[in-house]
Amino acid sequence: MPRSSVRRVATALGHRLIILGFTAFAVFPFYWMVVTTFKQNSDLYVGAANTAHNPFIFNRPPTLEHLQTLFEQTLYLTWLVNTLLVGALVVAITLLLAVPAGYSLARLTGRWGERLSIGIFLTYLIPSTLLVHSRSRAWSRSSGFRTPCGPWSSSTRPSPCPSAPGSSWASSSRCPRRSRSRPWSTAAAGRLRSGAMVLPLAVPGILTVVIFALTLVVQEFVYSLTFISSVQRMTVSVGVPVALIRGDVYYWGSLMAACVITSLPLAILYNFFLDRFIAGFTVGAVQ
Amino acid sequence: MFTLVSQVAVITLGNILARALMKTFRGKSVVRLLILMPWAAPISLATLGWLWIFDSTFSVINWVLKVVGWLGPGQWYYWLGDTTLGMIAIITIHVWRMLPFSTVILLAGLTSIPQEVHEAADIDGAGPFAKAFQVTLPMMLPILTVAVLFGVVFTFTDMSVVYLLTRGGPYNSTHVLASLAYQDGVLGGDVGRGAAVAIFLVPVLVVMAILMLRASRRAEVA
Repeated sequence: MPRSSVRRVATALGHRLIILGFTAFAVFPFYWMVVTTFKQNSDLYVGAANTAHNPFIFNRPPTLEHLQTLFEQTLYLTWLVNTLLVGALVVAITLLLAVPAGYSLARLTGRWGERLSIGIFLTYLIPSTLLVHSRSRAWSRSSGFRTPCGPWSSSTRPSPCPSAPGSSWASSSRCPRRSRSRPWSTAAAGRLRSGAMVLPLAVPGILTVVIFALTLVVQEFVYSLTFISSVQRMTVSVGVPVALIRGDVYYWGSLMAACVITSLPLAILYNFFLDRFIAGFTVGAVQ
Repeated sequence: MFTLVSQVAVITLGNILARALMKTFRGKSVVRLLILMPWAAPISLATLGWLWIFDSTFSVINWVLKVVGWLGPGQWYYWLGDTTLGMIAIITIHVWRMLPFSTVILLAGLTSIPQEVHEAADIDGAGPFAKAFQVTLPMMLPILTVAVLFGVVFTFTDMSVVYLLTRGGPYNSTHVLASLAYQDGVLGGDVGRGAAVAIFLVPVLVVMAILMLRASRRAEVA
């Protein structure tokens, strides 16, 4: 076989191995979650020291009992609804704040524009635990926690803090430069520019904001853990570990079922909008 | 240290993966969806998945190591009960979580470099290293900054991985500033101490972020 053919085959093989290796690394925890979800307890709780028992496959018939536990004995569906509600509110508030902020930042040329953009980004470097400290006392004094919507509002209120700066940053980079620099002078022209020109052109940025804010809400852990004590008002990321880890007892089957069911739709949503999301995040750097 | 090690690993591995994903191959969209899953999954729930993988009794990693003969009779890895293994576990989760984000951002940067630039470098006789360090890297600097900064932010400010995986143990050896601040400030009730812990590294990070953002802006303008 000629040397060039050998090299080509080796390159193709190396490429496949790299892709396969990284995909396996990314997917393995999810595979493990799925297998755990449908395994019987007697197939699940066999010590890893027993090498004769292969944990990667079903040694006994699959079961739905862990899913039954999750849906019938926990408030998983309520937590999902809570998460979506908080997510929708946060996205709405974030858009309300970030789109005008991003537009203003994009129009603010010169040193101050750059300084303000950097300043907004720097707020991300403050750990959220610090924000928790400053609010935990103030909110615990208020009666907010005792009202039916209190826990929701308490997890909604801090959420725009992490999502809004990044969203302003993303949307500012998506405001088209050409439309920003055109010499519009009248108020009517300004309105026309905002409504008819800038908004449609900034759609990738706005979409980035929506996905970014929604992801941060679903991923959010510390605020919900600190501020919500009522199990009924919890979001998924806190409700699942709180309800399915009881002391030293871990309901692994149901825990893994909750992880898979929550993660898969988000991954598909992300994949659907990925190109626009990346464009919104990186356009300032790659244009 | 968690942030530094995981970011070096994420950027290095992200570069390799992004270059591999630049090529066209069958099933690319499926691979992209699968690789993206760790980033989309809620981190607290994903950490629970890893907690099960690293379980002291049922760890599938230990089973594999036993089967391949790495662990002899009487040998056992207590992943979350040992300082070094606990740190490896936490870094692994951060790398697993951040790798997709960095990869897609770096992929966007790599595809934005015009083919003519590579062709011009080839004509000038540039080798693979010269092309990588004198052409690709400088042109990737702004986007690399975005990837590193967001990676640092997400890793440095996150406490859920440590909180759910090790609770800072054994003997507080795997705490990060965010989890220690939560333990001292919220659980311990010492708000002042918690706040001091939380902002301890912020001045250093602020200076670093400003320098990186300025450098990337300069590279962008140039």
